[in-house]
Amino acid sequence: MGHASNSSEEAKAKGSVGKGLARVDGAAKVRGTARYVDDLKFPGMHHGLTKRSEVPHGILRGIHKREGFDWSQVVVVTAEDIPGRNTILLIEEDQPALVAIGAHVRHVDEAIALIAAPTRALAREAHGFLDLEIEEIPAVFDCEEALSAEVNVYGDDNILKTYLIEKGDADIEEKLASCDHVVEGLYRTQAQEQMYIEPQGMIASWGEDGVCHIIGSMQCPFYIQKAMRALLALDDDNLVVEQAVTGGGFGGKEEYPSMIAGHAALLARKAGVPVKLIYERDEDIAATTKRHPSVVRHRLGFDADGTIRAIDVDVIFDGGAYLTLTQVVLSRGVLHAAGPYKCENTRVRGRAVATNTPPHGAFRGFGAPQTTFAYERQTQKAAALLGMSPFEFREHNMLRDGDRTATSQLLEGSVGSEDVLRAVKEVAEANPLPKDDPATSIRHGRGVAFYFHGAGFTGSGEARLAGRATVALAEDGHFEVRSSSTDIGQGVQTMFTQIAATGLGVEPDAVRVPTPATDRVPDSGPTVASRTCMVVGRVVGQASVALKNRIESWASENGFGDMPLRQAATAMAKVEGEISETVQYAPPPGIVWDDETYTGSAYPCYGWAACVIDVRVDTDTYEVAIDRCVHAVDVGKAINPVVVKGQIEGGTLQSLGWALWEDVIYKNGKVANDRMTNCIVPTFSDAPEMHTIIVEEPFANGPYGAKGVGEIPMDGPCAAAAGAVEHALSTLVSSEGFDALPVSPEAIQRAMRLDS
Amino acid sequence: MSEFLSPKDLPAALAARAAHPDYIPVAGGTDYMVASKDRLPPPGIINLFGLGALTGVTDLDGGGVRIGACTTYATLLGDARIANTFPLLRDACREVGASQIQARGTLGGNIATSSPVGDSLPPLLALDAVICVASSAGERRVAYEDFLVGYRKIDLAADELIVAIELPAPHVGAMQHWRKVGTRRAQSISKVMMAAVAHLDDGRIADIRIALGAVADRTVRARATEDALRGSAPSEEAAKRAREALRGEITPIDDLRSTAEYRLGVAENLVRRFVLSL
Amino acid sequence: MNIEVTINGESRSIETEGHRRLLDVLREELGLVGTKEGCGEGECGACTVLMDGEPVNSCLVPVGQIQGTQLTTIEGMAGSDGLHIIQDTLVRYGGAQCGICTPGVALCAKWAVEKEPGASKERLRELLAGNICRCTGYQAIVDAVVAAQNSSESSHE
Ligand SMILES: Cc1cc2nc3c(=O)[nH]c(=O)nc-3n(C[C@H](O)[C@H](O)[C@H](O)COP(=O)(O)OP(=O)(O)OC[C@H]3O[C@@H](n4cnc5c(N)ncnc54)[C@H](O)[C@@H]3O)c2cc1C
Ligand code: FES
Ligand code: FES
Repeated sequence: MGHASNSSEEAKAKGSVGKGLARVDGAAKVRGTARYVDDLKFPGMHHGLTKRSEVPHGILRGIHKREGFDWSQVVVVTAEDIPGRNTILLIEEDQPALVAIGAHVRHVDEAIALIAAPTRALAREAHGFLDLEIEEIPAVFDCEEALSAEVNVYGDDNILKTYLIEKGDADIEEKLASCDHVVEGLYRTQAQEQMYIEPQGMIASWGEDGVCHIIGSMQCPFYIQKAMRALLALDDDNLVVEQAVTGGGFGGKEEYPSMIAGHAALLARKAGVPVKLIYERDEDIAATTKRHPSVVRHRLGFDADGTIRAIDVDVIFDGGAYLTLTQVVLSRGVLHAAGPYKCENTRVRGRAVATNTPPHGAFRGFGAPQTTFAYERQTQKAAALLGMSPFEFREHNMLRDGDRTATSQLLEGSVGSEDVLRAVKEVAEANPLPKDDPATSIRHGRGVAFYFHGAGFTGSGEARLAGRATVALAEDGHFEVRSSSTDIGQGVQTMFTQIAATGLGVEPDAVRVPTPATDRVPDSGPTVASRTCMVVGRVVGQASVALKNRIESWASENGFGDMPLRQAATAMAKVEGEISETVQYAPPPGIVWDDETYTGSAYPCYGWAACVIDVRVDTDTYEVAIDRCVHAVDVGKAINPVVVKGQIEGGTLQSLGWALWEDVIYKNGKVANDRMTNCIVPTFSDAPEMHTIIVEEPFANGPYGAKGVGEIPMDGPCAAAAGAVEHALSTLVSSEGFDALPVSPEAIQRAMRLDS
Repeated sequence: MSEFLSPKDLPAALAARAAHPDYIPVAGGTDYMVASKDRLPPPGIINLFGLGALTGVTDLDGGGVRIGACTTYATLLGDARIANTFPLLRDACREVGASQIQARGTLGGNIATSSPVGDSLPPLLALDAVICVASSAGERRVAYEDFLVGYRKIDLAADELIVAIELPAPHVGAMQHWRKVGTRRAQSISKVMMAAVAHLDDGRIADIRIALGAVADRTVRARATEDALRGSAPSEEAAKRAREALRGEITPIDDLRSTAEYRLGVAENLVRRFVLSL
Repeated sequence: MNIEVTINGESRSIETEGHRRLLDVLREELGLVGTKEGCGEGECGACTVLMDGEPVNSCLVPVGQIQGTQLTTIEGMAGSDGLHIIQDTLVRYGGAQCGICTPGVALCAKWAVEKEPGASKERLRELLAGNICRCTGYQAIVDAVVAAQNSSESSHE
């Protein structure tokens, strides 16, 4: 079937920015020839397994190899085998790779020892013969309880991080007191499992030359490199981290892969053979990071005409037992907590608290969904209280071009706030809700949400990072885009192909975007924060144009002026050797951010979105079905509309799943529902038909105007869904029933019971 | 070495069962393979899937049907007799797992596993199923309610196999109603299910059978509820009595998937809705 | 035990133990690693293969049961002349993102479209509900399958 085109002009047009070029990795994926880590085999490879704590808090007293098993068949690794520092280095060095004897165990399923054997079955058998002796001490699981610090998990107060954002001169209490109305709410959200369909895994091997090679399922090869440097006491010349095709991440493969990579490398080092460490689904659910549970108190003060005048938010995130990325997640949470609304007087306080649960970490949205849920519930209640339509209240208060955010950032351009809300409102008004028939058990409801999401790293993050990307002519005559941005399904390879092909003016077939390995690509920064297209894409575009210009001027100087670029490049390479251009990201001028006061330009720009969710609630069974899902997102520019739409739809369903069905249940700090049968995510039948509207308000400093799209669709649908259920039952239940997620049938029943 | 036997016919299967009481009979494997995951290999497997004598739907005299124990949900869904005469069972089969599970999972496997959340079990109970069990010594027939002896326990000896399920013809004009309330809309474990069969005579409920799943240690008939309804006209008043009776006879529990309160409340609502629909 | 089976149109003879998972035998013995493992418990559908034309979870099939059957794995879905229409529409409509669910989705969709040629979107969703995809929100897959349905209808006309 192929994509052979008649002319290269036609191919160029199809592959250019803004067109729905078929994914460049699509054919391999539908044919089943794409190779994920578990598909790889190395000669002599052994299989690894992790021995984990069964207690939530304690002191490791011993690791005992029980008799009755021939231990010579396997390799066992403990903390003593670590050549470098016993830590998974990311922000701080608080998390060990393996708990050492005499040290603290801080959560259930914490890694204590590792086993490698020629077969999985043998490794499993050894696992059963390895006993852990842990002296248990009291544990704390609730983040509010942990604040009273009777049990010590982290530091001396269990506080991992705090933030304060203040805007306006007035005292917030006085300001609230002076408003005509104050809506006050307490919102709780639960942990959420990423549930990428490919479980985590790594393979490590050590060469004769002492080079450690790690390949696996990951988002951020350079994060792993950094962690391995410390753990294995290696320099970068002796360390190669390579991404295999990765079966989904959603943030879940941002920090935890460093742990697995370290474990595989330690086993391979001791065993002297390559070691594959692939998590079983239950292990993956139980041990790896999830979305932070949250408790958010929100007070919204406004006047009788609907004008918001004061906002006070108190955010608590449960960080779990170690810091991992929690402080960054909390930062994004508080930076979004006041919402996309104008308000002169704002206070946001944030605390992340340590508990004896497995660490929580990155998950699409990165702290923003928790606070978005709270502020959009508040907006809904405020509109209802005033008898205003949910659209009207939001239109009245929304941030527009020229307004200032809670950190006093001036919004200058690329503000699609009005467009996104108008787009969903038009669809909603053309499709009124069906009337309820009181003879049946079905009630209909509609919820609206409006939200924003900062694109890229916070504040000066990009400047510090100085991400780079290279475009080069490879030996085989293809143009190669080299960056550390990983394609974890979100279409990076395709977008970069289009950006490079457009920049170079060649057909997309002439461009290749290989999966990154740390020895082959520059560090473009991690694949997180919706920054890949906007930031790395920009330097890829700049490098492409620079390379094109260089080749063209060489060609005209040397009398090859009429030659197509690719041929000219090949001719040039014969003379000049490898030709490439590397560009380092230069943040747009005028970005001023103060980390001390949390004021200034928190993000280079924002994505804007609105959605409308219609639901049907069955009052016999309290089940919720989604009848309509309209979602408009301002992405600046859709480099590839098919890819962008896919990002929006995937994120939308994760948000709806979190709102209505998904839950992680902890019993004594252990995930009790660690299987796909009880840790459920939506199926084809639960998902609604989606109506997705792409809005383009170009961002001057993004490639062709593009800004981030990966995370924003996760932020708002949850609030709209809860609002829709509330609306459906509004005559039956007061709204507090929908202030905690998930809005499960059990929760709806409880709310209806309490009210009747 | 773990042996894998594929007996050619029923006598051979029964002989294998008698000779190897420690071997595991496997039909679709959809329960067995999950249960045996990460365990040591079994001593042996007796493969029943596709065994002719245990597969398919045949007519019985008087309008009932006999369903081979190894008949899959997919086969039942494609069978016109089941669709026409036992829509209750058809509707339940349609909601078991999803396509892949329906292609392999069997009615006999569901009965043998006898999970309180087995979806075909309430319909079989409400339809007065008879279970046909055989060993090398011969066949016996047991009313399904008697076959259910406890939590995941059935009246089956180590040398026996379930061979068939017989469903008598339902009363002409009887209403059959199925409702599964699961954790999600497909590939879902039930939190409450109700199978109900009833017919009216002269505006009054002449007979009614209500079987519930996931509300007790096994699938149960709601006998007191049925008694409260028999002879009454279907009305809010009758429904209210039924709910009260139901509250007295089922004992759902809290677990990872739901709460006792939810299961009880929903079961009551489903019974009410069924009564009002008559 | 010895197993005679036809896989992707080719007769194979396999010597193995009958209790093993079909999934493992495909991946480890036969090198057919296009079949993926997402859960090992029948929940995700990533390991779906067609057995005598029907979709089954290969993680739930003891390999002894494939004796004498015809299996299609993802490696056998494309013809010698290119991608199967469903593979093609999945790529074009964005139905494959990370791709780990894709082999199972593609095979189940092939079966669904052949089994019920005129199936509605809602019915297609029901037939495909045993395949979990966490990336797409399912919309692009549904659109791709409908497109394949339409183009195979028109090619029958
Ligand atoms: C993902 C998934 C989803 C599921 N969804 C549902 C659902 O929605 N509803 C539901 O009810 N179930 C569900 N199940 C459970 C399972 O599919 C059913 O119980 C199915 O009917 C089992 O049949 P089987 O033939 O596969 O059983 P097998 O696994 O082959 O056997 C199960 C048990 O029964 C015994 N056995 C089988 N046949 C006989 C016989 N003829 N005589 C004596 N003993 C026998 C076996 O020894 C074994 O112990 C699901 C399972 C999975 C993996
Ligand atoms: S791996 Fe078989 S269904 Fe998930
Ligand atoms: S494409 Fe990633 S799970 Fe479906």
